[in-house]
Amino acid sequence: MSADHAEADFMKRIWPTLMILVLLCAPVSSRAGETVAASVRNCTWCHGTGAQGYTVAPRLAGQRALYVEAQLRGYAAHIRDNPLSKQYMWNAAANLSPYVVRDLADYFASLPSKSAHDGNRGLAERGQAIYLEGIPDANVVACLACHGPAGEGVREIPRLGGMSYFYLKRRLQEWGQGYHSAPASPMPLAASTLSPDDIEALASYLSFAR
Amino acid sequence: MKIVGFHSALRTAILTLALSTGLAIAGHADDFQAKLGYCKTCHGLSGQGYHGYYPMPRLAGQQPKYIENQLRAFIERRRKNAIMANVAHALSPSMLSALAHHFRDLDPPPLNGGRSSSAVATGKRIYDDGLPESNVPACSACHGQDAKGQDQIPRLAGQLPDYFYAKLVNWSAERGQNSAMPDSSAVMGPTSHNLTKSQISAVAAYVSSLR
Repeated sequence: MSADHAEADFMKRIWPTLMILVLLCAPVSSRAGETVAASVRNCTWCHGTGAQGYTVAPRLAGQRALYVEAQLRGYAAHIRDNPLSKQYMWNAAANLSPYVVRDLADYFASLPSKSAHDGNRGLAERGQAIYLEGIPDANVVACLACHGPAGEGVREIPRLGGMSYFYLKRRLQEWGQGYHSAPASPMPLAASTLSPDDIEALASYLSFAR
Repeated sequence: MKIVGFHSALRTAILTLALSTGLAIAGHADDFQAKLGYCKTCHGLSGQGYHGYYPMPRLAGQQPKYIENQLRAFIERRRKNAIMANVAHALSPSMLSALAHHFRDLDPPPLNGGRSSSAVATGKRIYDDGLPESNVPACSACHGQDAKGQDQIPRLAGQLPDYFYAKLVNWSAERGQNSAMPDSSAVMGPTSHNLTKSQISAVAAYVSSLR
């Protein structure tokens, strides 16, 4: 009987102690960590679970971190104003703190990327020629001067290799129509010289690039 | 033949000629503006330069004779640069000259100020006094105290420091590529070799800060 009492006593005493121990040892998620994880889910909702892109939302995986940061700031400041950005990204970026913006950008930059391969194969060769050499007689600049020999980008200049044909085509058209991206961007001037055929070729070529 | 008919025919002919000439001049002006936009896409809307994958140098305030010489050097492959060779070969002589003179009058602030103040100070010393012990003449002797150059000697003031550094370090690999057609770029050969990389970096920091 005393053994039963002893056991009951032990249990009576151990529970509160156990409770306190459990509470002390429970993983306390930092506010910042919780916010970034939630933000990634908010992004991949549209940009695809691997951030590889989905329908109109472009691939973020493997994109230059400084470029992603600049775009998120541009959306929040309503500088980047093409229709789909205005409709979706202005809201998506409105409440992101600078720390979250930088963490998201670094995260997406670190992800391995897949090429979209959704352009017109027959136009890829012409697209590559335009990318590497431009068309001097038509005042079309060589994209590689800023975007690099393999479309890899640098600093805040985006990586183009493997982006979706549909996305690239739309962006090139939008600059020609007067929409803005970064304040000092040469893209409006660069894209204004492109003919519709040039845009088809460039967007196709880049969708097959790495 | 009626006199009236002849006069009106003559008038019409003169008007047509004047109109087509005017249109031709306007067409040339459009060509020039389009070509200028082409240059400025890479070199900056005020010719201040741009940091792409490759640094595109400042053209604003540059000596027209120097720009003309470089464009010709690109065309004749005496200066090695794949992008600029492609750009330049499409330029007619008159277009080339007009473009070179346009940039002279632009005056935006430097794209990159001198970052490290100690490098700027070292660079200024080398720029003003040279390095007699290394057989490096004072840059100011030819490029001017204000680094604005003259005639075919280029302006250095406000140039992108990474562009400046790369050109001096690679001087002999890019300039004077046709030994059968020696050009004035040879004058910088010995100087570029006698400077160490950190000295070039210091001068780059100094000149990039000049307005």
